[in-house]
Amino acid sequence: MNVLTFAALTLREASRRKVLRALAGLTVVLLGLSAWGFHTLVTKEFDGALLTSGELRLIASQLLNLVMFGLSLIAALGTAFLAGPTLAGEIESGTALAIMARPIRRSTVLVGKWLGLIAFGGGFVAMAGLAQFVIVYATTGYWPPSPVTGLALLAFQTAVLLTLGLLFSTLISPMASGVVAVGLFGATWIAGVVGGVGRGLGNDSVAAVGTVSQVILPTDGLWRGAMYAFQDSTALLQFGGAAVRGGFPFLSDAPPTSTYLAWTVVWTLLVLGLAGLVFRRRDL
Amino acid sequence: MNAVWASGLRKRYKKRVAVDDVSFSVTRGEVLGLLGPNGAGKTTVIKMMLGLVRPDAGEVMLLGRPVTDPKARAKVGYLPELFRYQPWLTAREVVDLHVRLASADVPEKDRREALGLVGLGERTGDRVGGFSKGMQQRLGLAVALVARPEFVVLDEPTSALDPVGRADVRDIVLSLKERGVAVLLNSHLIGEVERVCDRVVILDRGRVAASGTLEELLGSSEVRLRLEKVTPEAEARLAQAGPVSHDGDVVVVALTEPGGDLVPDLVADLVGLGVRVHSVEPGRISLEDRLLDILGSVR
Repeated sequence: MNVLTFAALTLREASRRKVLRALAGLTVVLLGLSAWGFHTLVTKEFDGALLTSGELRLIASQLLNLVMFGLSLIAALGTAFLAGPTLAGEIESGTALAIMARPIRRSTVLVGKWLGLIAFGGGFVAMAGLAQFVIVYATTGYWPPSPVTGLALLAFQTAVLLTLGLLFSTLISPMASGVVAVGLFGATWIAGVVGGVGRGLGNDSVAAVGTVSQVILPTDGLWRGAMYAFQDSTALLQFGGAAVRGGFPFLSDAPPTSTYLAWTVVWTLLVLGLAGLVFRRRDL
Repeated sequence: MNAVWASGLRKRYKKRVAVDDVSFSVTRGEVLGLLGPNGAGKTTVIKMMLGLVRPDAGEVMLLGRPVTDPKARAKVGYLPELFRYQPWLTAREVVDLHVRLASADVPEKDRREALGLVGLGERTGDRVGGFSKGMQQRLGLAVALVARPEFVVLDEPTSALDPVGRADVRDIVLSLKERGVAVLLNSHLIGEVERVCDRVVILDRGRVAASGTLEELLGSSEVRLRLEKVTPEAEARLAQAGPVSHDGDVVVVALTEPGGDLVPDLVADLVGLGVRVHSVEPGRISLEDRLLDILGSVR
C-alpha cells in the first residue's frame, strides 16, 4: 500500500519539478524539428526528382531510428537526473529523516520510487514515441513494423538506466549519480557501435567489446532491439555489406533474443536488490 | 512502562567514536532532556533510537518493540534537527502524507488543528519551498504531533524559532506531558529544558556524563553569607556544612545535604562562635552552572 503512496509521490514530484517542463520542452523541439525534416524529405527534389516510395520508406525508417535515439537520450537524461535526487538528494537534505522515522521499511520507499520513475519514464517514451510515429506517418506514410514492441523495449531501456541511477543514488551524491548513470549509458552505446564495427570487420575481440558491454549494462542491447522494431524490414537488404550493417549505429541486424531479455530482467532485479541492500544499511 | 529503552549504544564513524556505551530510558508521560556540548553525540543517539542510524553495538526498545521492527515507530513523532520537507508539496499535503505513512486515522479537523497549533493555519495551501526556516520548523512540529504519537522526539525544536515560537514549543511540550505523552527533548536552551523536563541526561564526548531528575542533579543548593570575625573554629563549622568558596567578601557554601534546619543551625552555630553575620542569602544552583560543573569535572 505504502509502495503505491511513494510511487504516486514520485510522479507528483516529477510533475511539479521543472524536470517535466524541461522534458516536455525538449521533446516538443525534437518533434517539431523532425516534422519539419520529414516534410522537407518528401517535398525536396534530389538530382531533379522526388524520392521514390521505396527510397522514402528506407530513409524515413533510418531517420526515425535517429530521432528515436534522440528521444531515448532525453528519456535517459530525464529519468537518470530524477532518480539521482530522489534518494541521494533526500538523504543529503534531511527530507529522508522525517519520512524514514515513520513505520515503513526502506525497501518500501525504494520500490515505490522505482515504480513511480518507471511509470514516468515509460509514460514519456510511449507518448513521445507515439507522437513521433504519427508525425512520420503523416509526412511520409511510413509506419514502423512493430511499434508496441519497440516502445516497450525503449521503456525497458529507460527502466534499466533509472534502476542503475537509483543504485548510485544510494551510494553517492545526487548530481554524481545522475552523471555517472548517463555517462555509462553513453559509454555502452559507443561500445555497442565499436562492437558492431568489429563484427563487420570480422574481428572477434573487437566485436566482444559490444557484446560484453551489452551484458554488463543492457541499455544498448535493448536500444538495438527497439531499433529493429522501428526500422523497415527491407533496410537490411538494401544496406548490404557487413561493414555498413554492423557498424552503422542506427541500423540493427537482429531482434533481442529471449535469453537476452530474460537476462535484462534478472539484471534489473539484481541491481534493484543491491540498491535495497545498500539503502537498508545506510545511516541517515 | 518505558516509551524507549536503550542499552549500551555505541557508534563509530571511521576513527571517531561518536557514541560510547550510552544507556537511558524514557518512561511514558515523562519529559527527558538531552543535554551536552556540540558533538557530544546527542543527535546520533536520537537517530539510533529511531532506527535511522545502525548502532555498532547496543539495543533499543521503542514503545515495547525492538527498533529494527518498523512497527515500533508507529506511534512516534519526530522533529529532526535537520528539518526539511518536500518543497514541491503544500504544508497540508506534507501533513497528509505523514498521516498516511503512520497509518493513523486522523480526521480532517485534527489535521487542520495541528497546523493551526504551530501557527500555520493560514498557510496550509502554500508550497513548503516558499517557507522560511522558522516556518519549516513549525511544519516539522505539526508533522511530529499530527499522527497521535505516544512518544515525541524533538531534536533542537526551537533552533529557528523566534521567542514567541519558543514559548509555543514550551507550551506544546507541557500539554503533551499533561496528556501522558513521553517526550525526548534535545535542546541547547538550558532554561527551556529546566522548565519542562522531569529528568535530564547529560552527554559529553559520546558518553553519559550524568543523569537524573532535576532534584537529583540540582540538589546541592548553596548559601551565600557575609561574615565578620571568622575564627578557625567558625571556618571548620562552615566546611562541615559543605565545600566553601569565596566570591569577594561573600562566603559561598555549597550545601551537600540540603535540609530544612541546615541553614538556621549553621547561622546559630556561627553566632555562637562569635562570628558577626551581616547577611544570609539562600540560592540554588542553576542547571546551566551544574552542566558546566559536570562537563568541567569530566574534562
